[in-house]
Amino acid sequence: MTGLDLAFRLPHGPRGIEIDLTLPATGLTAIFGPSGAGKSSILRAIAGFERTGGLIRFGEETWEDGRRFTPPHRRRIGMVFQSPRLFDHLDVAGNLAYAARRAGCLQDLRPTAEAFGLTPLLSRRPATLSGGEAQRVALVRTLLSRPRLLLMDEPLSALDAASRAAILPLIERLRDEARLPILYVSHSLAEVARLATRTVALAEGRVRAQGATAEVLADPRAAPAFGSEEPGSLIEARYAGAEPQGLCRLSLSDGSLILPALTPEPAPGEILRLMIRARDVMIATVPPMGLSALNILPARVVSLTDLDPATVDVHLTAAGAALRARLTRRSVEGLGLAPGAPCHAIVKSVALARD
Amino acid sequence: MSALPDLAPLWLTLRLAALVTALLLLLGTPLAWWLARSRARLVPLVEALTALPLVLPPTVLGFYLLLAFNPQAPLGASWLALTGQTLTFSFAGLVLASLLYSLPFTVQPLQAAFSALGPAPLETAASLGARPFDAFLTVALPLSLRGYLTAAVLTFAHTLGEFGVVLMVGGNIPGETRLISIAIYEQVERADYPAAHALSALLVALSFAVLLALYAVNRRAGRPA
Repeated sequence: MTGLDLAFRLPHGPRGIEIDLTLPATGLTAIFGPSGAGKSSILRAIAGFERTGGLIRFGEETWEDGRRFTPPHRRRIGMVFQSPRLFDHLDVAGNLAYAARRAGCLQDLRPTAEAFGLTPLLSRRPATLSGGEAQRVALVRTLLSRPRLLLMDEPLSALDAASRAAILPLIERLRDEARLPILYVSHSLAEVARLATRTVALAEGRVRAQGATAEVLADPRAAPAFGSEEPGSLIEARYAGAEPQGLCRLSLSDGSLILPALTPEPAPGEILRLMIRARDVMIATVPPMGLSALNILPARVVSLTDLDPATVDVHLTAAGAALRARLTRRSVEGLGLAPGAPCHAIVKSVALARD
Repeated sequence: MSALPDLAPLWLTLRLAALVTALLLLLGTPLAWWLARSRARLVPLVEALTALPLVLPPTVLGFYLLLAFNPQAPLGASWLALTGQTLTFSFAGLVLASLLYSLPFTVQPLQAAFSALGPAPLETAASLGARPFDAFLTVALPLSLRGYLTAAVLTFAHTLGEFGVVLMVGGNIPGETRLISIAIYEQVERADYPAAHALSALLVALSFAVLLALYAVNRRAGRPA
């Protein structure tokens, strides 16, 4: 299986969608972009809900190529929508059976429902479920249809924080254990940073950057995909152990970070995903003294991106990781920052991408 | 004149209404589905044609049907060749006429129900592996039940009260085309008021019972059609 080949245009917004993309059929790939970027339309085309007249290939199968068109029910894709879209005329068990029966795996219904904690809900009507419960049922229903590719269209955006926190681990489990390729559409930087192996940054119907998530989030070309999300950098760090005074140390490839102790404590050597917001990074050209910040990393300026007359994003490598700092133009000019300039990155706050 | 009203026209009317309702629900479903979901340019044209019996005086519809049912006309002639019977002044002719006459009362509620459904449930069913017809039977149909109920009751009630079209194409043959409305009309013409009273009161009670049942069920179902 090579992956998912997409080459098509769709009418959408002022400039339409124009996509020419090959995605690997493994792990979780996020399509990240602001609302109106065309993310959902791309997913709908892959599902077969819209005809593109272009090319869509999955592994050895051609789903669409101008002449041929495979209807959605024969693509064996699973789709989880923003709203759960449960069938109101069936109870939870009926909804799950609807999928399982058509995939010929009715015998898996009860064990799967049990594994996802749905057994107490089986006889309930969709109208009586909470938003989080309904979305969990929708996810399990989709899994019972035995899809070969899972499409998720902002599956968490309609949920409250508690329900979101309950469903995120389920998605991680699918990514890591089910060997089910997932295409995940989201405008949320936090979700992408936490879940995505690879990311496609989309804005105005065009791919701005794609690749490993950390690289894409650090890529200046991906800036339009952030929309109103405050940009940040995704960093992978290795847990190095506890430090005195309620702190812990994480090692980067060429340095380390100090954080408040984590609960539960990660295993030594465990890889953690960290999110550092661009506004939480300051730059100094001389080693700062007498500063309260714990994390001061040696860094080098890679490039500068103008955002507006007053604001500039500075892309750095710091301790071997890609970082982004959002500064005023006055500061950038005052410090004389230019590509290649050595400097110090002061990191005011680090968050685990887990929450 | 007997003490009991002659119930034959009532049974004939109920038979006609039931048959027409069943046939229209069957035939009206694909038409309403197409009207609700197609983006073809033809849609407004077909919509207007379907709604025509709503605005035409029944006698106009009856007049054209009488012309079409004539054994010399293509439709009447082929029917005669196929079945050996004429369409005019026959029960079959009444069924055919009623299908046209009551068509909008089936198609419009169904079309509204299918439109209200939106594309989401069918897309979801397709993504779960359901073929289009499977998805229609297992998702669209159960979710449109209230639309079907409304369509059935309106069609049945409308066929029950049919008069003008019947008068034009059916005449007044006992057991064949003598429907309740025709019977009452004739009784009034003959100044047989007690008989007319009996049948009329029966029709009022029956219609009221049907509508009461509809609204009670609709209220219990509690979901928008």
